Amino acid sequence: MRTITFLLQKEFRQIRRNKTILPIIFVLPIIQLLILVHATTFEIKNVNLCIVDMDMSNTSQQLINKLEGSKFFEITSTTFSYNEAEKQLANNNADMLVYIPQNFARNLIKQKTATVQFIPNAINSNFATLAFSYASNVVMNFNKSITVDWAAHISPQPIKQIETKARYWYNPELNYKWYMYPGIMVILISMIGIFLTGLNLVREKEIGTSEQLNVTPIKKYQFIISKLLPFLIIGLFELILATVLGKIVYGVPLLGNIWVLVGFTFIYLLVVLGIGLFISTLAETQQQMMFIAFFVVIVFLLLSGIFTPTESMPVWVQKFNLINPLSYFMKVIRMIMLKGASFKNLINEFISLSIYAVAILGLAIFRYRKTA
Amino acid sequence: MNNRKVEIKAVNLTKKYGKFIANDKLNFEVYKGEIFGFLGANGAGKTTAIRILCGLSKPTSGDITVSGFDVYKQTEEIKKNIGYMSQKFSLYEDLTIAENIELYGGIYGLSRKFIKERTNHLLEKLQIMEHKNTLISSLPLGWKQKLAFSVAIFHEPRIVFLDEPTGGVDPITRRQFWDLIYEASSQGITVFVTTHYMDEAEYCDRVSIMVDGRIEALDTPAVLKETYKVSNMNDVFIRIARPDFIINNE
Repeated sequence: MRTITFLLQKEFRQIRRNKTILPIIFVLPIIQLLILVHATTFEIKNVNLCIVDMDMSNTSQQLINKLEGSKFFEITSTTFSYNEAEKQLANNNADMLVYIPQNFARNLIKQKTATVQFIPNAINSNFATLAFSYASNVVMNFNKSITVDWAAHISPQPIKQIETKARYWYNPELNYKWYMYPGIMVILISMIGIFLTGLNLVREKEIGTSEQLNVTPIKKYQFIISKLLPFLIIGLFELILATVLGKIVYGVPLLGNIWVLVGFTFIYLLVVLGIGLFISTLAETQQQMMFIAFFVVIVFLLLSGIFTPTESMPVWVQKFNLINPLSYFMKVIRMIMLKGASFKNLINEFISLSIYAVAILGLAIFRYRKTA
Repeated sequence: MNNRKVEIKAVNLTKKYGKFIANDKLNFEVYKGEIFGFLGANGAGKTTAIRILCGLSKPTSGDITVSGFDVYKQTEEIKKNIGYMSQKFSLYEDLTIAENIELYGGIYGLSRKFIKERTNHLLEKLQIMEHKNTLISSLPLGWKQKLAFSVAIFHEPRIVFLDEPTGGVDPITRRQFWDLIYEASSQGITVFVTTHYMDEAEYCDRVSIMVDGRIEALDTPAVLKETYKVSNMNDVFIRIARPDFIINNE
């Protein structure tokens, strides 16, 4: 125990004097949390439209007005040539092409039906789907209003309509920042755990001090505790910092119990510290450490469900996520913060993460050699 | 000499890496309080052997004891009784002199009070008291080496292993460094040292000379010079390591 206090004292002195690590601990998280949240917006605004109105009728103009009135669309060009419109789409001047054929109004009155064509640029399929569904909404509204208009000519009684209204639970304003923010917190805590620990350990190997420590009677567990504990403390500090920052800047709620969140973060940190320690036993230089860690983190991160729910990924990815610690923590932190999940709701994740922590730390400690 | 206590005993020490034999049946004994020079050309296998004796790696075969402890099973016991200074400079650059001493002292289980007293004593001896709180990174190399040695014997080990301790240091500092070695030896600490400088070999009580993983000669510098009929250790070394090389003054 005495030895550990000497070693911890050394670690904290070194961290305090390190001019790169201090900003990484204090400044980087703030920038990351404030900026990255916006990088992942799922909302779309300002879809640029190119209108081809071959009908030139009052009715077609009404439809165009409705599109223009929507906050999602902006009409950037109008033309009478379909080819010209396609060019606009190809040159990225327009995101969606709206084609209103000739006799649009006439067909609507005579045959009670008419067609209008939307062609979205679907390179980003998510964007195209959303743009199309917004446009369909506008058309539906337009439909409703002309039915009501025309009905008014026939009967004085207003037509009854069924209206649907959605109430969104857990994130009533569909604020994507609330969804993303906890995800960014997971990235932050994972990075601290894997990179800082791993680099610290490999650095000692590189400069040769680890060899010096290896010829002392230091016990393996003493060394490992002294290496992991400082970053465990820093990780928990980052959690508190991020939670407070999220509340102040974006109003991200913390509906669940703070101690449940801290407890889960503690276990999760054990997992990532274990991963950092494990990778450090594979790497001889800080460069190698960085490459391996980047590979691992990127794979884990993109499959973790940070952007899209894991339930909609292929089955094998879902199976893979059984060994993806980020995916557990991603789920846990969102459930606690946004849904107010209690410990009872998360018992399965607790068991999984605990097993993970024991396994990876065990493996890393087993692999760590005092003889190296 | 032979009635003195044996501190290190190696019988047929062998270390293989695949087919490559780094150490081939080394046999030697090192006595208590002795300065034992472990010489050899680059790549002769000196560092491999020293790492085995320090418990950093396991030999392939052979019976080896250090301070009476077995290098296969009792490495942790060995580590309590030795000091080690590697080729790579091994103090923490981002800690001060006092902090480095405190750290290593603490690791060997010395009390804070004791560490404090001895630190002051040591820094006075080295005449660097005013640099007590200076970061190691801002010290000249010669100072660092002397400090690293002082830290390696701070816990008063029975044996200290020095792996090319004076590499890249000027002659005056090297002389001062050897004064420190003599002092340690006079206090009963056994010194096991590797070096490239043959003038330093003259300072040793006994030397062994390794060629391609084998010990080719082992005796006092005087006897070796006598045997090979040369006037200095430099020529002894060349005679043994490069027999085809003709020495002019013959």
